[in-house]
Amino acid sequence: MNDMRIAERKVDTNEVKIAAKDVQVYYGDNHAIKDVSVEIEDKTVTAFIGPSGCGKSTFLRCINRMNDTIDVCRVTGDIMIDGEDIYDAKVDPVQLRAKVGMVFQKPNPFPKSIYDNVAYGPKIHGLAKNKADLDNIVENALRRGAIWDEVKDRLHAPGTGLSGGQQQRLCIARAIATEPEVLLMDEPCSALDPIATAQVEELIDELRKSYSVVIVTHSMQQAARVSQKTAFFHLGHLVEYGETTTIFTNPVDPRTESYITGRIG
Amino acid sequence: MTDTSMTPAAAAPEKSSLLVQDARTRKRNAAETRFRMYGMAAIAVGLLFLVFLFTSILRSGLPAFTQTVVEIEFTLTQEQFDTAESKMLKTGEYQKIFVNALSGQLNASGLDVDFDNKAIERIVGKPGGTIRSFFLENPDRIGTPVSFELAASSRVDGYLNGRITRDTLVDSRFLMATDLDLVDALQDAGIVKGAFNWNFITGTDSGVDNPGGAGLGASVIGSFFMMLVVLFLSLPIGVAASIYLEEFAPKNRWTDLIEVNISNLAAVPSIVFGILGLAVFIQFAGFPQSAPLVGGLVLTLMTLPTIIISTRASLAAVPPSIRDAALGVGASKMQSVFHHVLPLAMPGILTGTIIGLAQALGETAPLLLIGMVGFVAREYPETFVGGFTDANSAMPAQIYTWASRADPGFYEKAWGGIIILLLFLITMNAIAVLLRRRFERRW
Ligand SMILES: Nc1ncnc2c1ncn2[C@@H]1O[C@H](COP(=O)(O)OP(=O)(O)OP(=O)(O)O)[C@@H](O)[C@H]1O
Ligand SMILES: [Mg+2]
Repeated sequence: MNDMRIAERKVDTNEVKIAAKDVQVYYGDNHAIKDVSVEIEDKTVTAFIGPSGCGKSTFLRCINRMNDTIDVCRVTGDIMIDGEDIYDAKVDPVQLRAKVGMVFQKPNPFPKSIYDNVAYGPKIHGLAKNKADLDNIVENALRRGAIWDEVKDRLHAPGTGLSGGQQQRLCIARAIATEPEVLLMDEPCSALDPIATAQVEELIDELRKSYSVVIVTHSMQQAARVSQKTAFFHLGHLVEYGETTTIFTNPVDPRTESYITGRIG
Repeated sequence: MTDTSMTPAAAAPEKSSLLVQDARTRKRNAAETRFRMYGMAAIAVGLLFLVFLFTSILRSGLPAFTQTVVEIEFTLTQEQFDTAESKMLKTGEYQKIFVNALSGQLNASGLDVDFDNKAIERIVGKPGGTIRSFFLENPDRIGTPVSFELAASSRVDGYLNGRITRDTLVDSRFLMATDLDLVDALQDAGIVKGAFNWNFITGTDSGVDNPGGAGLGASVIGSFFMMLVVLFLSLPIGVAASIYLEEFAPKNRWTDLIEVNISNLAAVPSIVFGILGLAVFIQFAGFPQSAPLVGGLVLTLMTLPTIIISTRASLAAVPPSIRDAALGVGASKMQSVFHHVLPLAMPGILTGTIIGLAQALGETAPLLLIGMVGFVAREYPETFVGGFTDANSAMPAQIYTWASRADPGFYEKAWGGIIILLLFLITMNAIAVLLRRRFERRW
């Protein structure tokens, strides 16, 4: 039902980066995502909102095929990135994930040093020519992850020894160190204090210049602050998708309205 | 909103004081105290058994590490040497010289005991041969004082260890009651004494009638080569199989079936593996009998399920979020396993492997079936390859063989062997603990 509205806008905004059509996801018999079609734009922050368990993470994980690792999970429909079907048999999910980075709902640094956490991605993808290059990449990523000042003196301390919020920012730094084209963030700020949240939001805004960012969040304010587009999910359906301002000020669907005003969720 | 409705309801029951325990709390605390008592009692019983076990092992086994020796120093003159060499019964002549030196030394300490040649033979065997061959090999030592340390017979050994007493001694051609007076006198004179029995550690198995000369050395080597085979086969095979099953294999009926069978294999009695080894490796494949190689192969089969089960458990214990993190930055499945999952599972894998090896080290039954019995451990292998293929025994099989021999001297050796075996096992477990500590990481 929203397709028309998006089609209208497409003209004056960025080109489509990710296009999903009729996506269904099943966990065994549990139909977790129903008929979701959405077009996510390049150089845009798109927020996924919706009550807990509505399938935001599930849909996000379809975009970098992390659902492949769950045995019972089955995905049908098409998801295209730059016009290429990522569920095509010829696509190697490993290659896809280098292009589509992800920050997980729970911070999950490797039990290695802070430096190694960030350096791992660039190393396996051969992004650094030498040690100095790698040092540069690591420093840059940590700076952009708004954590450099806190860890620059203990780069070789274990990443697991950081606080929850620091760990999450480390994970963000790790994700951007591989220079992905799309960054998927599953509630990246749920463990952060307001200051770190503000830093991450600034980072997201910054990333928008070069990437397409998809962020799942439970905070309406955050969605309103950082995103240009918002998608509202409910019980596996994509209920409404459009300009963030429209969604928050003038939602079409009554369910969207009641969620935003705090009546469902 | 609930506050308004809850507060009056909560206030209704009579006020209880935190300073007085109510009946429920008292009951719960009593139950907890009782449970702690049971726990401590269980541990105490366990410790008691352990202490009992260790004292009895040490008491019975330590004598195996000492050997009673007769130490005598005398000078053989060139003249005596020439005379002895010209005689028909040359060793007899040397024995006479030995006896003379002995009585000389006894008299010098002011002890006067009568003895004859026969008594000497019962105590140290026939020393003449040993003395003669020493001087034939070292002619330059003629005319200088030489100290001889001769092993006393196992009966004398037993007498000094308390295994044989005057009351239990029955006169025989091996030892007479009168000899004991002589032994006492020699002990007073410092001629008969205990010495550390290096031969027990470095020697090989002796004949059934010579417990004094029996040593565990060759079987230790046999066990060592077996463990090499087990380690180098079961660790890579077991770890590879576990990684495949845990991380890569699809979960379907086949993998379920394999899983069930691995668990079942872990419960198969070891003797079954022994007979399998006999049939497959020796009778069918034609590997040499009693070879540590075959023993190692059999023990590998036995150890594999243990290693696979513990490795899979430690792989499964690695949090899935680590795998997600690796895949999320674009690592392949294999990279995520080898760079992240495996290092985290390492302590568990190593512990499992060492426990598996320790089990294999103490395994006896299958070795007996493939012919690695104690009495074949008569000599050390000559080459490294020979270590795998030459007939040999292993520590537990050697202990079993000794324990089943009639001479009580062997009984002592069996206990001594158990001490050495336990030392190896304790060392291996200590290594397991150390490796665990070393590799353990938080996540
Ligand atoms: N690994 C899984 N196996 C089976 N079912 C799952 C799995 N992950 C999610 N689900 C189911 O899919 C549905 C959507 O879950 P999802 O994690 O996508 O929700 P969410 O919107 O991210 O919720 P939250 O905001 O709480 O993170 C839920 O009903 C959940 O039970
Ligand atoms: Mg979620």
